[in-house]
Amino acid sequence: MKGHAESAAPFVANEPRAHWHDESLWFVRVKRDRQAATVPEWEDLRSTASAIKAHTLSRLADYLEEFERNATANGIHVHWARDGAEHNAIVLKILNDHGVKRLVKSKSMLTEECHLNPYLEAHGIEVTDTDLGERIVQMRKEPPSHIVLPAIHLKKEDIGELFHIQLGTEKGASDPKYLTEAARGHLRERFLGAQAGLTGVNFAIASTGGVVVCTNEGNADMGTSLPPIHIASMGVEKIVPRPRDLAIFLRLLARSATGQPVTTYTSHFHGPLPGGEMHVVIVDNGRARILGEEAFRRSLSCIRCGACMNTCPVYRRSGGYSYGYTVPGPIGSILGPQRDPAAYGSLPFASSLCGSCTDVCPVKIDLHHELLAFRQELAKKGYLPWQKRFSMWVMGQVLARKWAFLLGGRLMRTLMPLLPRALVYGPWNPWGKQRELPPMPRESFRDLLKKEPR
Amino acid sequence: MATPTTSRDTILKAMRANAPQLRPLPDPPQAIVYPNPLEHFAATLAGVGGRFLKATDEADLQLQLGSLEVFQRATRIASTVPSLPGNVDLEALKNPHELEGIDLAILPGDFAVAENGAVWVPGTNLGPQRAIFVIAQHLVLVIQASTVVHNMQQAYENLNLQRPGFGVFISGPSKTADIEQSLVIGAHGARSCTVIAL
Repeated sequence: MKGHAESAAPFVANEPRAHWHDESLWFVRVKRDRQAATVPEWEDLRSTASAIKAHTLSRLADYLEEFERNATANGIHVHWARDGAEHNAIVLKILNDHGVKRLVKSKSMLTEECHLNPYLEAHGIEVTDTDLGERIVQMRKEPPSHIVLPAIHLKKEDIGELFHIQLGTEKGASDPKYLTEAARGHLRERFLGAQAGLTGVNFAIASTGGVVVCTNEGNADMGTSLPPIHIASMGVEKIVPRPRDLAIFLRLLARSATGQPVTTYTSHFHGPLPGGEMHVVIVDNGRARILGEEAFRRSLSCIRCGACMNTCPVYRRSGGYSYGYTVPGPIGSILGPQRDPAAYGSLPFASSLCGSCTDVCPVKIDLHHELLAFRQELAKKGYLPWQKRFSMWVMGQVLARKWAFLLGGRLMRTLMPLLPRALVYGPWNPWGKQRELPPMPRESFRDLLKKEPR
Repeated sequence: MATPTTSRDTILKAMRANAPQLRPLPDPPQAIVYPNPLEHFAATLAGVGGRFLKATDEADLQLQLGSLEVFQRATRIASTVPSLPGNVDLEALKNPHELEGIDLAILPGDFAVAENGAVWVPGTNLGPQRAIFVIAQHLVLVIQASTVVHNMQQAYENLNLQRPGFGVFISGPSKTADIEQSLVIGAHGARSCTVIAL
């Protein structure tokens, strides 16, 4: 598996586009700030949300059982899946039991994590992602590059070209309004022809046995009110105790995600359509194990708003695909290596540890501290490449000895300006790939300080 | 022979084994209140692409509705507001697909929220076909001006979730910004959302 830096290379090679990507996401971050500022109790809301999550995680099994009891009483079928394969098999069985061949989906990162689409397609089911961004990347046979803005890496001209080929829009047309209208028509046909709808779950309420789904487009509502069967896939961590706790998260979610006061539709499902069926599939897929890890369990509090991505200087400049994991950005850099440290070991290093992610996280996950802790974990377990281990060892030796440190500084100041460029910026200096070293000072800080009158 | 363990038992057992020490459930913070919640609601609704109208009485409500362009242009109108009847008999529709082609839906909201421009519409306000609120091309929501609450915390204190059932907060028209972050109104659901307060 390629590391983050290698995977980012093609993205950063196109400098104007990388710059545009950076600006697009910063624009969303600015909108988030503006919305957060309209709520004077914003910081209290974050602390409360964090504490509700900590409480819920400390009693997760009880709340899931309570949810199951109440959901069953509401006429919802509740299923449990240990992993992605079991989740996919449950979904397929529900579809097969009803002879469903056409499924419409609204956004669900969990089904991305479980690789549901290819599995269902291999079993003869036509799967249509209906969130506009997700439909775009599905047509391109790509995964989403961002959890809230799946097609943020594409320009309108790319989408115009795609729609021209797939939907017969005019060649060269790239007006977002025109393209969205074309998608609306195309997806209405899919909604009307679907036999079942699948959604993710933003929140599940234990005390009432219902699930809540938030969208701006209304695709989850179309997908669950036209076909008679609704399947909702939820990770175990989506549970909140009561409706009044849900209120706290709804005040934070859309403001943090896209800088809106709330999503257009916040739909509460407490049972099937009359004459229909509703199923909830509760998925663990490694979450119970993470719950036992003191240093990383807070990552289970994530409500998938994407604010950490929008603000992250590394994500903004390297793009979602450079992470190679379903969830990119700072939170993905913790979730990925938790699942598979060998495959995603480079992700905790895809960070400057600036802490901006921690500052914007609506549930106060200590993201940059966890990233640092993860680096230490990976080092202890021997997942670091030899170059990194060796250079760290050298630095350790130098920093532990005053004479070595002083000598090192002197050599840098005197020899560096004399060395040919090819030697300094060779392949052994990945830091210098797109950056220039500052000019070497003539004197060290220590020398300057000595000269200062006391 | 031991009974086979189900996935449910395996998951719950692992969760109990790995559960951190019990942490208390916090009380919610003091939430924002506005000097004039109805005014703030109207401004927030405009900010999310919706439109607000105030009617003085039932007769004015009819007038206000009649003055709307989306009403004047509509051929097929569905309504679940008794005083503002449409021309589509929802009870006669056999399945939700027959809702396609409805130009305007007029629905009652139970209350509205000042902080985010949302209107609570319980499933029982949607008539026999739940899809009406999202499949109609345009939407008019009718609320009582006195029902506007300040914030979502207050909203959930008053909220009666019907079980089994459905309910939705609607804040403005359907929208997307999935193409280059350009806001486009009218993604899958209503292309416009007008809230009239009585």
